Amino acid sequence: MSHVVKITIDGVECMATSGQYIIDVAKENGIYIPTLCNYPGVKPKGSCRICTVKVNGRMMTACTTPVSENMEIDNTSGDIVELRKAIIELLFIEGNHFCPACEKSGNCELQALAYRYSMMVPRFPYTFPQRQVDAQNPKLVKDQNRCILCKRCIRAIHDADGRAIFAYHKRGNKVEICLDPKIGKNLSDELAQKAMDVCPVGALLVKEKGFDQPIGERKYDKEPIGSDIEKL
Amino acid sequence: MSKPIVATTSLAGCFGCHMSLLDIDERILDLIELVEFNKSPINDIKKFTKKCDIGLIEGGCCNSENVHVLKDFRENCKILISVGECAIMGGLPAMRNGIPIRECLEEAYLNGPSVKNNTEKIIPNDPEIPIMLDRVYPCHEVVKIDFHLPGCPPRADLIWDALVALITGSELKLPYEVVKFD
Ligand code: SF4
Ligand code: SF4
Ligand code: SF4
Ligand code: FES
Repeated sequence: MSHVVKITIDGVECMATSGQYIIDVAKENGIYIPTLCNYPGVKPKGSCRICTVKVNGRMMTACTTPVSENMEIDNTSGDIVELRKAIIELLFIEGNHFCPACEKSGNCELQALAYRYSMMVPRFPYTFPQRQVDAQNPKLVKDQNRCILCKRCIRAIHDADGRAIFAYHKRGNKVEICLDPKIGKNLSDELAQKAMDVCPVGALLVKEKGFDQPIGERKYDKEPIGSDIEKL
Repeated sequence: MSKPIVATTSLAGCFGCHMSLLDIDERILDLIELVEFNKSPINDIKKFTKKCDIGLIEGGCCNSENVHVLKDFRENCKILISVGECAIMGGLPAMRNGIPIRECLEEAYLNGPSVKNNTEKIIPNDPEIPIMLDRVYPCHEVVKIDFHLPGCPPRADLIWDALVALITGSELKLPYEVVKFD
């Protein structure tokens, strides 16, 4: 049986239902905790660590940790912010992110986090890995240069029979996302669009379409990511 | 007090960042009141004639000449600023970074669909021509860079605000809409 628990986030008292994840309780209380691999309605994975908070002094991921009575959560102290910044910077140098040439620019969650955390330049050297663009699917282009391996596409996109369309392929630092060629061949327009929307970055793009929304008028061009939650 | 001296250059860039500097519109009149320009494509001064306070660098390093100019700027400017994505992370020229240099040159001069008339199959190699580097390097991986202004190009307001803050010693405010990577 679920019951009501009381927790604090940065000293603010919040009511929650036991079993709820910290991230959702924060959201209901108008507090933004950044996420990348987490996606509403999809089982959390806890792979990107950007949502790290301190729970009674210990670092935990807010998207996978359920609340319990009297939890004290720290979402703003210096080392948390520093850790998040480092993760964002690492994601930028780990792939090839040429934002000026990316259709997702302005709507991209990774870029929006870099804006929110005022990244001017990553502190780590760029690795410029050699990665491929795969345009074989009739509806979608997959650009591995921008993929942050969050698995949101694997977890959220299924065909009518409930089969996953995306999967991991290869191992270690060679791992990449691939589209099942058979199921992918008959991808509907809706599902292709959904895949593009689910992807936090510009790694999955619907073909033959671009710049419908001009640069400067996109989701995160005027307001930082998370402001919708903070305005609640 | 003498005016602070500014120098600018375009390495492996497209001059878009310089255009953005000119996009400060009529504030350009205030700028020439505030600073003196030395080596820069804007006034066509080709060699440093004195030590400068601020150097604005557009573009990353794709060849030996870029490296030479960048080092020259480091020696002659107290503060160096990487202006734009190309200076900060190589930008579009760095899209060649995953491709071996030989392959790039062969595509450009021997095998590309637009290559005509190169019957002798020559890849330009005159000693006068700067040597291409194995990849495009962000400026801060070649010399120490003091500040970075992102954008492609950085918004004119960002360049203006940063210059004014540096010159007047005031705090640089960064409104959300002004720092963008595109
Ligand atoms: S995916 Fe995001 S961060 Fe990467 S290039 Fe595109 S806009 Fe930039
Ligand atoms: S393609 Fe997009 S959604 Fe899928 S793992 Fe890569 S970044 Fe995540
Ligand atoms: S950052 Fe953009 S505008 Fe500036 S030189 Fe590079 S391509 Fe041109
Ligand atoms: S959002 Fe929690 S680990 Fe990625």
